[in-house]
Amino acid sequence: MSAFAPTARRGTPPAATREGRGGVLPWLAVPALVVFVGFGVIPLIGVLFLSFTSWDGLGEINLSGLTSWQTVLADPGLPHALWITFLVIAASWAFQTPLSLLIGVFLAGRQRYRAVLAVVFFIPLLLSQAAIAIAYKALLDPNFGLGAGLHIDLLVQDWLGRPVLAFSVVIFVVSWQFIPFHSLIYQGGVRQIPRSMYEAAELDGAGRMRKFFSITLPQLKYTIITSSTLMVVGSLTFFDLIFVLTAGGPADATRVLALDMYKRGFQASLMGPASAIAVILVLVGLALALLLRRLGGRDPQASQLEGA
Amino acid sequence: MDVTQTKERERTAASGTHRRLNGARGERPNWLGGLVSLLWLAVVIIPIYWIVITSFKAQSSYYATNPLAPPTEPTLANYRMVIESDFPLYFVNSLIVTIGAVVPAVAFSFMAAYAIVRGNAGRFLRGVNSLFLMGLAIPLQATIIPVYLIIIRLHLYDSLLGLILPSIAFAIPLSVLVLSNFIRDVPKELFESMRLDGANEWMTLWRLAFPLTRPAVVTVTIYNALQIWNGFLLPLILTQSPDKRTLPLALWTFQGQYSVNVPAVLASVVLTTLPILILYVVGRRQLLSGLTAGFSK
Repeated sequence: MSAFAPTARRGTPPAATREGRGGVLPWLAVPALVVFVGFGVIPLIGVLFLSFTSWDGLGEINLSGLTSWQTVLADPGLPHALWITFLVIAASWAFQTPLSLLIGVFLAGRQRYRAVLAVVFFIPLLLSQAAIAIAYKALLDPNFGLGAGLHIDLLVQDWLGRPVLAFSVVIFVVSWQFIPFHSLIYQGGVRQIPRSMYEAAELDGAGRMRKFFSITLPQLKYTIITSSTLMVVGSLTFFDLIFVLTAGGPADATRVLALDMYKRGFQASLMGPASAIAVILVLVGLALALLLRRLGGRDPQASQLEGA
Repeated sequence: MDVTQTKERERTAASGTHRRLNGARGERPNWLGGLVSLLWLAVVIIPIYWIVITSFKAQSSYYATNPLAPPTEPTLANYRMVIESDFPLYFVNSLIVTIGAVVPAVAFSFMAAYAIVRGNAGRFLRGVNSLFLMGLAIPLQATIIPVYLIIIRLHLYDSLLGLILPSIAFAIPLSVLVLSNFIRDVPKELFESMRLDGANEWMTLWRLAFPLTRPAVVTVTIYNALQIWNGFLLPLILTQSPDKRTLPLALWTFQGQYSVNVPAVLASVVLTTLPILILYVVGRRQLLSGLTAGFSK
């Protein structure tokens, strides 16, 4: 490393030292770059390539032109999977956002409960989706579950055996895991709204509802976009939860794109068509990211930390 | 309600602190928000409570008693059964994969983030940065088929190393983004004085930037550890033999085998979550001390 001893002279402004060309700096990025290219960039190019081949996952890989794409695009399973993916995104957004907003606004005004709530609210985020799905599977079991044990007939349903119910259960379990997190995001957002805005509104005689719709909601614009981005991008990748909870069933009612890809590739051994689905998944993800960025006018990557 | 008095109270509360919404709004309580919050708190707590108490019930008494009543005769039999089903092995596997992936992921990301911040004008490093940013927008699950192919070709299929390598790659983009945002906040003068003292970049990286951004490093470490510990798709696709299973996968197979024994299944859920809960509690403290140290400078 001593070969790369600082070349800058005494008294050089900091800006000049930031050039870093030909020094040690580029080398520092190499380990991360190598691993990321090897297991991120190359697979991304590879998935496009594999979508023009036929491969059963074990044997040889043969070029097969557009066959996989023709199979996938002609299959009614694709529009269905796209539709289910869209429904999951839309329903989980529509269910989580108002509730998180309401809870977040409430929490922002109540210091006392904050510590306790923050701990309790974090527990669902710490659990793996596999663990959550397994627990809910047991909890919702029509014979051995909570409803049966409490003898509440309303709760004794074949929750995972009927399409509409199973879909609702998926949305509920997703919300169970993530509403607390989004509430905490909104809580943070509300706390950053300048107090003076509310004082001015109060002088003008604005009531609670008026203040909420004229100040809180518009001021939370970026928070709403951040939270929505996390929800939407996250919804695209709910594989573990759905795989363990319903495995895409019943009757493909919860077969989202990611699950469709897995089933075609690793269960039906059709890696070509599965890769085509994966390409579509990438395109949908990119389209959504661009759409949200345009809506927000701000970098959606700015705060993906907790929800990616 | 006396409006002027309320406002006066708020003003005193707000003065001296940052001008932000703080504490009570001094109005009628927000009943709707309170009710919904309380309701959702119950929705979050009840399943967790049910999972924990049920895991201490004997299978026979589980069917006979009120599911929400605590066990009359708590038993550890379920936990014993789970532990005897090779869970210690799966625990060690998860630990190896998590540590084996998180340590290099955070170290590599930190080095890359430092290079990107300090050498921003270089074309190479700008390119690297855009590449990582692009990686954020792409659902990495979609690359799983080529990853599977690469792992097979490297003869790493059904090995823990085969799980570690893609896990590092998947963790890098977000870690680099977060860490570089924090390194950017380190005052330029500090880098300058390190340089004047004759320190090279490697020393500046570990002795200045790393300690100063410790809260970010802790946060990124916890986040990545959580993702990898809970990871399900990679073990599902890249391993085969039972002795290479990690906990989430073991949980799934265990549930498939013993689905009728609800208390045992729930004990396995509790056991797999416990380590991450401990990490979170420990890390939270570290996080807090890191933050307070940062503020009291």
